[in-house]
Amino acid sequence: MKRFLLLMLVCTVAVSTLFAAGTTETPVAGSQAKTEIHFWTWRPEDVDFYASQIAIFEAANPDIKVVQTAHKNTEYNTILAAALAGGSGPDVFQGRAYGGLATFADSHYLEPLEQWLPELKNYSPTALLGATSPTDGKIYGSPAVSQTVFMYYNKAIYKELGLSIPKNWAQLIANFDAMKKAGYIPLANGAKDGWTLETMLGGMGPAFYGATDFFTAVVEGKKNFQDPAFIKMIEKMKSLTAYMPDMFMGVSYEDMRANFFNEVAGHLVGGSYEAAYFNAQNPDLDYDVFAIPGEDASKPGPVSVYADMNFAMNAASQKKNAAVKFLKFLSSKDFGNSMIRELKMISSVPGVDASSDPFIARVLELQKNATPFIFLVGFRYQQPTGSSLWQAAAQGVMAGTLTPAQAAKQVQDGIASYYKPFQK
Amino acid sequence: MDVKQLRKAAWIIFFVTPGLMIVGVFILLPLFMSLYNSLFSWNQLLPVEFVGLENFSRLFTKYPYQQRFLNALQNNLIWFLSTMVLQNSVGLLFGYLMSRSIPGYQAFKRIFFIPVLFSIIAVGFLWGLYLKPSGLVNNFLGLVGLESLQHAWLGEERFATMAIIMVNIWRWVGFPSLVFLAAIDNVPTECLEAAHLDGVGEWKLFWKIVFPLIIPSITIITVLTVIGSLNVFEQIYTMTGLDGGPNYSTDTIGTLFYRTAFGSVDAGSPEIGIGSAIGVVIYILTFLISLISIRFSRSREVQL
Repeated sequence: MKRFLLLMLVCTVAVSTLFAAGTTETPVAGSQAKTEIHFWTWRPEDVDFYASQIAIFEAANPDIKVVQTAHKNTEYNTILAAALAGGSGPDVFQGRAYGGLATFADSHYLEPLEQWLPELKNYSPTALLGATSPTDGKIYGSPAVSQTVFMYYNKAIYKELGLSIPKNWAQLIANFDAMKKAGYIPLANGAKDGWTLETMLGGMGPAFYGATDFFTAVVEGKKNFQDPAFIKMIEKMKSLTAYMPDMFMGVSYEDMRANFFNEVAGHLVGGSYEAAYFNAQNPDLDYDVFAIPGEDASKPGPVSVYADMNFAMNAASQKKNAAVKFLKFLSSKDFGNSMIRELKMISSVPGVDASSDPFIARVLELQKNATPFIFLVGFRYQQPTGSSLWQAAAQGVMAGTLTPAQAAKQVQDGIASYYKPFQK
Repeated sequence: MDVKQLRKAAWIIFFVTPGLMIVGVFILLPLFMSLYNSLFSWNQLLPVEFVGLENFSRLFTKYPYQQRFLNALQNNLIWFLSTMVLQNSVGLLFGYLMSRSIPGYQAFKRIFFIPVLFSIIAVGFLWGLYLKPSGLVNNFLGLVGLESLQHAWLGEERFATMAIIMVNIWRWVGFPSLVFLAAIDNVPTECLEAAHLDGVGEWKLFWKIVFPLIIPSITIITVLTVIGSLNVFEQIYTMTGLDGGPNYSTDTIGTLFYRTAFGSVDAGSPEIGIGSAIGVVIYILTFLISLISIRFSRSREVQL
């Protein structure tokens, strides 16, 4: 009897396991056959925006259903790479630019888009550069936005303390001192998340290392990262630690943004992508941006600019026709205008009216002194990337475990291990 | 072979196959796949050509792989030593005290074990909040007048690894405590009574009688500590991130493997060949060190 019961139990378990596995495989038959496509983003903070846009798209295309999934920014590439390699990736997704795009394009996971989206030829060359694989020169993404790195400042605090936008570095430091005296954290930035130090470099670096002239020179191998100007820039960055929050080495990306939008801190070096988040978190926050100036007041401060985010299509997608419809929607002027209006992002779609928004208009004005975001645009194609070297070395400098010269050497040696122009 | 034996064999196969399939598909197959992947050069996410052991030689000799690997391995060693010394001796102490039926030991037994049941990700996330500059830990230190001890626990190179290890000990100490408690409870009472009658003190009783008899449990805990220390990943991932920041000070071979094999968004693209080589090295290390520690502890076991 016991044996019989045991046998029954084993059979029940076995059969139920089989059926449990079976039911998940069976597709749910809808009343009408909708084509379901999957769309992935790395912007959990923009889920509502995309949901509303998807609703507009679905209303115009009743036969297509778009399922949105947002992943944490810092884990996105890994999850996407694993999904694409396993053949279960999304049909349409946000793709990175430059080296991040090349990883997927060179692995043949991305569909070349020229034949699907002829309108790509109307985009600006700068935007397309971030969506083109250097290996075969094909375009693998529909450029979505460009990002600009600069200084956010709290206008209310400026007004309260009678400060004005600094024209040179000394004035900036004077503003910091005034804020510190008044009990505010002058600069919200922290150093726990290494990549935020690359943002900081993009904001305050170009004025000291020599902006685009230096960028071109290092890319060509005529100068390197141990250049005195670059080391001086690192020293200037280190000097900012006096104005950063207490225990800034433990201040993460979330903390620094919170410091700024909660008006505890008066400045934040950040990208144009922060604006919408600030508006959502604190609608009363009165802020604006300026380019961080160098020592010479007669020269306007340069801002680092990069193509960010391309909308890409999975080369293995079974539903390319539906996916292309959605891609075309994401590349439309209406969508571009919505991005400007709701996300405060600089849409790369040609012909969008960016000046309709004062913040975007201000960003475009600052972009007149644009310079490439140095490590992302120039040195993120091979390991160890300039970005990973800089992020770790900069943490060492900020914490005081590396000198600026040591950090510069660490970056230079790392890139020189594979970068031909540095090996001459 | 008669029918009875055949039936027996069929039953054995029936029961063993599911387990064998799980081990085969989820443990052995990936193991051989990573060995296979480690023998190729890769272009981004695609294998290009067979290169033999070149990925291993690059890992052990070439900048920056060698530096990153040795740095990570050193952190794993710190994990192992700290866990062995702090967690397991505290566990042994807790286990011993509970076996002596100190007041409230039934409650302690449960309290110590509760964190073991928590999800490691939840523990990492929560302690990540507690250890922030303005978090619970620093606030507590401020409250009791120890402002000078306040630190950015997860942001300073000299504290970050130890802070994460302490969190892990907090989470896991209940497990060795319970294992040791069970082992000590299994020591025959007649031995202990005889020793008591002979006037042996508590200290001597523990070291001369209890300790030698619980060596099998110590072996198990040691092996688990070795495996746990070599596979540290989630704790780092949730508290300081995949890059093992600040400046690689919390990097372990687990995070290094993940970052190298799958890439890290804000820093770089994946290198599957080298990543797989790291995976194989982790496996070999775990296997060898476990074997050595089992041999070592076995030689010290005593039988009654």
